[in-house]
Amino acid sequence: MDIGHWTLDMVSSVNIPPQFEVVDRPLDTQMTISMGPQHPSTHGVLRLELVLDGEMVVKATPDIGYLHTGMEKLFEYKKYQQGIVITDRMDYLNPLGNNLAYVMAVEKLLELEIPERAQTIRVLTCELQRIASHLVWLGTHALDIGAMSVFFYCFREREKILNLIEAASGGRLTPSYFRIGGLMMDLPAGFERRVQQFQDGFLKAVDEFHTLLTGNRIFQKRTQGVGYISAEDAIDWGLSGPCLRGSGVNLDIRRANPYTGYEKYDFEVPTESDCDVWARYMVRMREMKESHKIVTQALSRLRPGPVKADAPKVVLPDREAMKTHMDALIHHFLIVAEGFDVPAGEVYHPIEASKGELGVYVKSDGGPKPSRVHFRGPSFVNLSALPHMAQACMVADIVAIIGSLDIVLGEIDR
Amino acid sequence: MSIITDVIQSTKAIIQGMGVTLSYIPKRKWTVQYPEEPVTMQPRYRGQHLLHVDELGKEKCVACFLCAAACPSECIYIIAKDDPRLPADRIGVDERYAEVYNIDYGRCIFCGYCVEACPKDAITHGYNFELSVYNRADLLKTKTDLLITTQVQSKNYRVAFSDEDVDSEYKEI
Repeated sequence: MDIGHWTLDMVSSVNIPPQFEVVDRPLDTQMTISMGPQHPSTHGVLRLELVLDGEMVVKATPDIGYLHTGMEKLFEYKKYQQGIVITDRMDYLNPLGNNLAYVMAVEKLLELEIPERAQTIRVLTCELQRIASHLVWLGTHALDIGAMSVFFYCFREREKILNLIEAASGGRLTPSYFRIGGLMMDLPAGFERRVQQFQDGFLKAVDEFHTLLTGNRIFQKRTQGVGYISAEDAIDWGLSGPCLRGSGVNLDIRRANPYTGYEKYDFEVPTESDCDVWARYMVRMREMKESHKIVTQALSRLRPGPVKADAPKVVLPDREAMKTHMDALIHHFLIVAEGFDVPAGEVYHPIEASKGELGVYVKSDGGPKPSRVHFRGPSFVNLSALPHMAQACMVADIVAIIGSLDIVLGEIDR
Repeated sequence: MSIITDVIQSTKAIIQGMGVTLSYIPKRKWTVQYPEEPVTMQPRYRGQHLLHVDELGKEKCVACFLCAAACPSECIYIIAKDDPRLPADRIGVDERYAEVYNIDYGRCIFCGYCVEACPKDAITHGYNFELSVYNRADLLKTKTDLLITTQVQSKNYRVAFSDEDVDSEYKEI
């Protein structure tokens, strides 16, 4: 088979197994087109520069920066506690995960002890947020490929989670629920019952998604054997999260380097060895059920207790104590007006966000404002593997591959 | 796989998918017909700010600038003024009050830090959420727009204070 001047060296260089090879014959004309930044399937303002040969992709180069807001620099001008609201706006589908990564990094510098109840609530809300994030991924991924109704059912379930997060924190998209040393406030009355109500209906909804997509021959044809990346390549490109586990590498920070008490929860780390879009789809579908399991366990672990650490110089005092005790009022004024000093040093704290390893690097020089904050965003690193995955595929597959990476441009450009 | 099996399986997939879709037709709709129907807010929802007054109608704000210091987006602007008159004649509860209290909603990010910071419970988040305006300058809200006595409340929301309110979202036929 004559595969022309473009695929021959590429196919040999990426070592694609035979079932993934392109069988179509390329034309001899090359065309460069720009996909995005307004294309709905690029999930934000991502621009792809596609070099096409007929309908085949010779080269796909992501072009980012359309959403750049200088958030990392902004941290240097804000007090430590004010930085939490910036993290909300990075990966806006998983804001609680971002909150958690940042507050845990600062807590590591401060060497704070977080009460049991606060840790359980963090796990509970973060797993709900992970489900919500995966639901948006599932809906948009299916929508990109052509299945419209899944989107509505996903957003119905997500709406229930957003209502829960709104009930706890007051914000739907930007909750800022976690604080350095604990939580903003305790859960509202009846929250456990409402989470249980959501939990009862959720597994049925996941089964519906499976009926709509997993058994669907059209969906299978669009995803199986598309966007191949082998386990070695996935590790070399630094993939993390469901993209890495879709290539058969069993790595989950919640299991490998537990934080917030994840070592006490019983859950599986789903992996698939197909290395394609379908495998990444299956990993996320199974992960939603695992998160459901963790939420059930977290509900049973909720015990009454404080939700803020015992650190009067860092954590805001209770409202009642602040109004009645002079020392509490002084601490309140000092923390709000001047912030608190964090010991000098640097720290890196990774967590397993819904999209992969979200690492926060915080460097402190002893003052109330950080000297440098850097985020290792999973979407950014995962997107960098797109040119590799997009080799020897059709132009329609690009949409499926971007969907399977589950990128959020707010996190890529920061 | 032959083309006939392919066609049969694809048709089966479409029928199964349509089955799910059709099964939803008799069920209760989740969509809220906003603005004909009000949307349900949770009690902690962070909407437009409210400046509170006490039972005598005196403004609770004492212009301590703590909200402005806590604000990550620097959207609160206050001018404090001393009020040495007798308590009955004062505008605020104390000898000091905010003569000007502006919130720039072009900058506000609704994080709730000002509410957390206020030592007098003078500022809270209300539930007004329809804040879009035609003119950028109108995003700057002054004390008249913010005071609980003068703020115009939207009719397009209801707050889920009771358990029944909360549960009504979850009822399915």
